[in-house]
Amino acid sequence: MQPNSEMNQFLRNKRLSTVIGIAVIFVLYFVAAFVTNFKMNVAVMSFPKAANWIAKYMIPDAQAIERLPRIIEKLTETILVSVAATTIAAVFAFIASIFGSASTKLPKFVNTIVRVIAAFFRNVPDVVWAMILMFSFGQNLLTGFFALFFSTFGMLTRRFIETIDETSKESIEALTACGASFPMIVFQGILPSSISGIITWILYMIETNIRSSTLIGMLTATGIGNLFNIYYNRMQFGSASLIIVLICVIVILIDNLSTIIRRAIN
Amino acid sequence: MPILEFKNVSKLYDGKTKAIDDLNFKIEEGEFVSIIGPSGAGKSTLLRCINRLVDASVGEIVFDGIEVVQAKGSQLREVRTKSGMIFQHYNLVDRSSVFENVLHGTLGRKGVLAGMLGLYTEEEKLRALEIIEELGLSDQTYKRCDELSGGQKQRVGIARAIMQDPRLLLCDEPIASLDPKSSKVIMDRLYNINKNRRITCIVNLHQVEVARQYSERILGVSDGKIVFDCKPEELTQDIINTIYKSQSDELIMDLSEVGNAA
Repeated sequence: MQPNSEMNQFLRNKRLSTVIGIAVIFVLYFVAAFVTNFKMNVAVMSFPKAANWIAKYMIPDAQAIERLPRIIEKLTETILVSVAATTIAAVFAFIASIFGSASTKLPKFVNTIVRVIAAFFRNVPDVVWAMILMFSFGQNLLTGFFALFFSTFGMLTRRFIETIDETSKESIEALTACGASFPMIVFQGILPSSISGIITWILYMIETNIRSSTLIGMLTATGIGNLFNIYYNRMQFGSASLIIVLICVIVILIDNLSTIIRRAIN
Repeated sequence: MPILEFKNVSKLYDGKTKAIDDLNFKIEEGEFVSIIGPSGAGKSTLLRCINRLVDASVGEIVFDGIEVVQAKGSQLREVRTKSGMIFQHYNLVDRSSVFENVLHGTLGRKGVLAGMLGLYTEEEKLRALEIIEELGLSDQTYKRCDELSGGQKQRVGIARAIMQDPRLLLCDEPIASLDPKSSKVIMDRLYNINKNRRITCIVNLHQVEVARQYSERILGVSDGKIVFDCKPEELTQDIINTIYKSQSDELIMDLSEVGNAA
């Protein structure tokens, strides 16, 4: 091969686009920092202070240990609400995703309607759902349940549609060609093909929802979020920190559990 | 009476691009017909119009006395049940077993609930096992399909189609994803099914030599039109060059040179 200008030009363009990409990120940072009056040095300098404060106050104390049974009771309540909201949302999301997936060859407008509904439920944050629902249900466990249910439904519908489109297209075509009717295609084709992806997403949402439900609980005065709020407002930081530690432990446990489950079903 | 007849059939995508253009032909019962032509010529659309995976835009398709284009509901299911399909990418339910995939061939004749729950009769199960054995897949019966090789997957595809007890086999590029050895196994199976069970076969191929070797009749499709319809021995290099526009060299593959494989 002779050296030629095309090969050098090609690599030069590649380098150029990398440099431009990095430059754009820096420009965005400086513009945003300037507008919001954000100063990196101040932010970094306040870290030690914050760490100091946490080390001093946010250590579970004897009082916190005494409260452990009550904390665990509320934590269990929060976990169960998250699991219930996620699993029920998953059932509805699966049904919706069948109508939202393009692979099932239903009329285009049906797909679009489902996708728009899912996008609406997904794009309203769960905390906002909780604030809205508080008007109807008040400060109640149901408020948290429905807030999680709505946002999870939106999120899972979108993910299930993607899963079905990725995994089931070919088996849907084959079962249609066999003369199978629509419900048969769903149960014999779509469900077995997409089940592992679906379970993965459900486990991920359970984990996410335990975290969000803590925040929602602060609003709706229920569950572990409320307990955290109470201790925090009374400046009983030892007890509040125990709650944070326990939530971390639970989320890590569930993360590990879902890895095990995923491996088992693959 | 021919088992399949196309009368002035066209398919337009987006109201303008003609995938197939005014097709007219008849296929007699028991024939082994190959359809050859370059990619994008409309072979796949032609095949899919027969079992309505694609809806023809105009024209009439009569399959075993049923008007396919107008068929709805149970009549459409009957068309699909009576015509088995074999796909290039096998289109199995990968996470289900070979056994279940073959049993899917019965779904066209089953009630909704039994089909949904996968409740098969003893008779159906025994028949599935027989067909699995016939195709040399006995050791794989309870394995998941994603553990199989390409050639084995395609044999499961054939088993599923036979399970339907079809009158017509539609094979869409059955060997395009397979190595020469497995390709020969699959083509031999199709040939035997055609001869022993008298099931009419329509096979889309882009390997001209394979078409010449196995079929009784060859249809050449180019730009959505049938450009020739002849016996394999009448197929000359000139005709091949016209339909492939002289890109034929790379498309020729000769299975007669490949030794017998299990």
